[in-house]
Amino acid sequence: MATVTVSKKACSVNPLKMSQPIGGALAFMGLRGAMPLLHGSQGCTSFGLVLFTRHFKEAIPMQTTAMSEVATVLGGYENVEQAVLNIYNRTKPEIIGICSTGVTETKGDDVDGYIKLIREKHAAVAHLPIVYVSTPDFKDAFQDGWEKTVTRIVETMVDAPKSAARRDPAKINVLPGCHLTPGDLDELRTILEDFGLEPTFLPDLAGSLDGHIPDDFTPTTIGGVGVEEISTMGQAGWTIAIGEQMRRAAEALQQKTGVPFRLFERLCGLEANDALMAFLTEISDRPAPMKYRRQRGQLVDAMLDGHFHIGGRKLAVGAEPDLLNEIGGLLTEMGAQLLVAVTTTQSPVLERLPTEEVLIGDLEDLENLAKVKDCDLMVTHSHGRQAASRLKIPFFRMGIPMFDRLGGGHQLMVGYRGARDLIFAISNLLMADHEENHEPTPDSWRDGVGASHAATSH
Amino acid sequence: MSSLSATIQDVFNEPGCGKNANKSEAERKKGCTKQLQPGGAAGGCAFDGAKIALQPLTDVAHLVHGPIACEGNSWDNRGAKSSGSNLWRTGFTTDINETDVVFGGEKRLFKSIREIIEKYDPPAVFVYQTCVPAMIGDDIDAVCKAAREKFGKPVIPINSPGFVGPKNLGNKLAGEALLEHVIGTEEPEYTTPYDLNIIGEYNLSGELWQVKPLLDELGIRIMACISGDGKYKEVASSHRAKAAMMVCSKAMINVARKMEERYGIPFFEGSFYGIEDSSDSLREIARMLIERGAPAELMDRTEALIAREEAKAWAAIAKYKPRFQGKKVLLITGGVKSWSVVAALQEAGLELVGTSVKKSTKEDKERIKELMGQDAHMIEDMTPREMYKMLKDARADIMLSGGRSQFIALKASMPWLDINQERHHAYMGYVGMVKLVEEIDKALYNPVWAQVRKPAPWEQAGDNWQSRAMAQAEAEATALAADPVKAEEVRRSKKICNCKSVELGVIEDAIIASNLSTVEGVREATNASGGCGACAVRIEEILEQMVPASHAIAAE
Repeated sequence: MATVTVSKKACSVNPLKMSQPIGGALAFMGLRGAMPLLHGSQGCTSFGLVLFTRHFKEAIPMQTTAMSEVATVLGGYENVEQAVLNIYNRTKPEIIGICSTGVTETKGDDVDGYIKLIREKHAAVAHLPIVYVSTPDFKDAFQDGWEKTVTRIVETMVDAPKSAARRDPAKINVLPGCHLTPGDLDELRTILEDFGLEPTFLPDLAGSLDGHIPDDFTPTTIGGVGVEEISTMGQAGWTIAIGEQMRRAAEALQQKTGVPFRLFERLCGLEANDALMAFLTEISDRPAPMKYRRQRGQLVDAMLDGHFHIGGRKLAVGAEPDLLNEIGGLLTEMGAQLLVAVTTTQSPVLERLPTEEVLIGDLEDLENLAKVKDCDLMVTHSHGRQAASRLKIPFFRMGIPMFDRLGGGHQLMVGYRGARDLIFAISNLLMADHEENHEPTPDSWRDGVGASHAATSH
Repeated sequence: MSSLSATIQDVFNEPGCGKNANKSEAERKKGCTKQLQPGGAAGGCAFDGAKIALQPLTDVAHLVHGPIACEGNSWDNRGAKSSGSNLWRTGFTTDINETDVVFGGEKRLFKSIREIIEKYDPPAVFVYQTCVPAMIGDDIDAVCKAAREKFGKPVIPINSPGFVGPKNLGNKLAGEALLEHVIGTEEPEYTTPYDLNIIGEYNLSGELWQVKPLLDELGIRIMACISGDGKYKEVASSHRAKAAMMVCSKAMINVARKMEERYGIPFFEGSFYGIEDSSDSLREIARMLIERGAPAELMDRTEALIAREEAKAWAAIAKYKPRFQGKKVLLITGGVKSWSVVAALQEAGLELVGTSVKKSTKEDKERIKELMGQDAHMIEDMTPREMYKMLKDARADIMLSGGRSQFIALKASMPWLDINQERHHAYMGYVGMVKLVEEIDKALYNPVWAQVRKPAPWEQAGDNWQSRAMAQAEAEATALAADPVKAEEVRRSKKICNCKSVELGVIEDAIIASNLSTVEGVREATNASGGCGACAVRIEEILEQMVPASHAIAAE
């Protein structure tokens, strides 16, 4: 049971957190033919665009209402109108997803009202799906923006089924949290299909941001879940939600359509995947395929091989709540101690984390605490690189952004196989660190018992 | 905020800017803040521009006063390099929350400054204003003043909230902040007749260090670089330099010009991209320093160094020239580097097929025309599809551009090289030019292109997406060729003014109907160029082509 504290500092140093609107924009990017639109000044979009481009190494569709100082004060109706019409004329999107920003929320623009007016005034966009989410920058974090956006998409775009009889038990809705990579979604899709199920992912970043070569050039997203498909999600037999952040969306879906949901707080690790397998066996009425029985064995073996390296590690993790829960959980289950846990926003999972204290803070906190507690493994996104190099401890990159390494979009965590590969990757990092920095010397033990920092401590 | 709008007006009124000098009084007042187009813009904001311009100052704590988006989404993402402190790579932000928005963020800002000074003890703190605190009326000037008095350290307000305009304006506002609060506030330990300021150079990928050894060899001291690998004290005492070189076209012209005005430091606009540009710049530096009192023998040493370095560079490049025979480059880049890179590539024997000039000033465009010849193919607003088609038609063998457009080239399986801010290689001076040529060669002749262009085993010949796209484009072209009426319709429907949504046909009709001959006339008649004014250049070109014709019609 962990206590959750909030940093008392006035100045955030080396932010861990990213803003809500771009979390929302990323959720829209998992929709086919989508154009995410941030209602704010053009920098709001530009920063997000650069961040995602550098993370996914892909062209990113994202637009701005380009609010000027004057427009901000007078209200942004004209900017939203022009943006919607321009996007419609130039890119022929299947859906426009609008997220507000700090600028327009401070003024208090009534964007839902604007959209209504725009639809009335312009027949061309009268029926174009336009979803608006309120995501002020000065509240909450990236994960919250994702959560709110997916919930909003469910509320506005899923049709309520006319009768429960039309439900198809083979159809499964999957609501993944933003801590899952496109690679994770692909893995999950394979697993579900191996059980004879037909999954619909909302959002489906695996379709849009998995780095494939597109069939055509579109300025919008090049894959992802289609508007039609979303509208029929009410006909599925079950909804699987992954990560506590997806609870609200799953509840909204259930409330609207009656589709029951099962929330998996984690999908990385042995127990978590055993629970998934049991659930899939139950709802599909099929035994787990041989492939997964073998994979389970491989994961068990990997845990045994990896625990020599991971066991006893003093871990410092900086991540959004659900990712923190996944990686902190996995490594703790292999004998690491989660001594420092820093996160970005409130979540019910935080107090269930296997650690004493969770701090809502920044990477300066992570660095200082890791130093004080003598941590010897740091896990966070790419911005942890400076801290890890100052502390001279091994650094494993997880989360968004990962701009200084390739393959962030394909880093695998879910499924038996995902956990297995992750354990190998982290263990290899630790072994390499040992070879480079901690080989024994004739002086390693000279000071005898009780001397600190013996070279072979790891 | 009144002082901010006054500063913006002042920045617009830049006599050193040729574009501005050509404007009417009314136009000048309107300024050069482009009316950004909702749903069609992609660039950074004024805050972004200010931060880009100043962040390379390495020992300063750069504190962003705003919600998490402004710093949290963008920190430590610049390729500038430091020879000393790494404090500039630390992200500081007040990360204001809802309570601050309601009650004001000034207290949090003040406390933040205190925390930074206590923990990091930097020579100065730069405080960047952003949109939300600007809206709620946080007076960062007052907070900075109070902090300065309380902590006895320079705390510099950078008033450039995102919504006042584009990146370019932010660069200039950053320059104004330096002029107002930093430059001339300290004295250097000593001066020499060889003290030079370099303005508008950010030391991306450490490229300044490709040139600095040459200056070192000549005994020329970089008194201050604004801002690449710069230090606060150097900038504060930069008013004692003898001469200045302005590197980055227009980004910080206000700094160079006002330093000339206030401190009598003459400046010239030069570039270290390309061999001849480097030599010209070195000569100009030497000439100016001599004019300001350095011994005349500096020029002899400079010429000797140039001769030596040029010979080495040409020899290194010569072996690539046959390999580049007939190779064409598509250059897509912002205004900053267009003209200098054009010259550099031509030196290597490459043919330029076009350059995007979206962010270039008219003067920049003229310069490109001058360098590339009158028939330079300017690509104003290429869509991804057109860009792809251009590459695919093999009208270009390689694309050079900023990070954001790279994926179009890569997905089209075409060689691509990064020449903007996030790039990993340094391309300045003689060594940099050789490096650029090497990199182009590596990209052009990499066997990976042959690999990735191979069809998948399940693909029928001619039935991949590339050929489908090309077939579609061709079919469209053929249909148009067969149907002159439709072709004319398409030609006339080309949008000239994006802000006011005015098509070519409308402008042509207006010119003929009202016998127009000026951009102003066209604006009055059609509203075109009544928004940001960026299309005025295009309207001028239309007028140039049309006016003799319309006069002929009128004469009949």
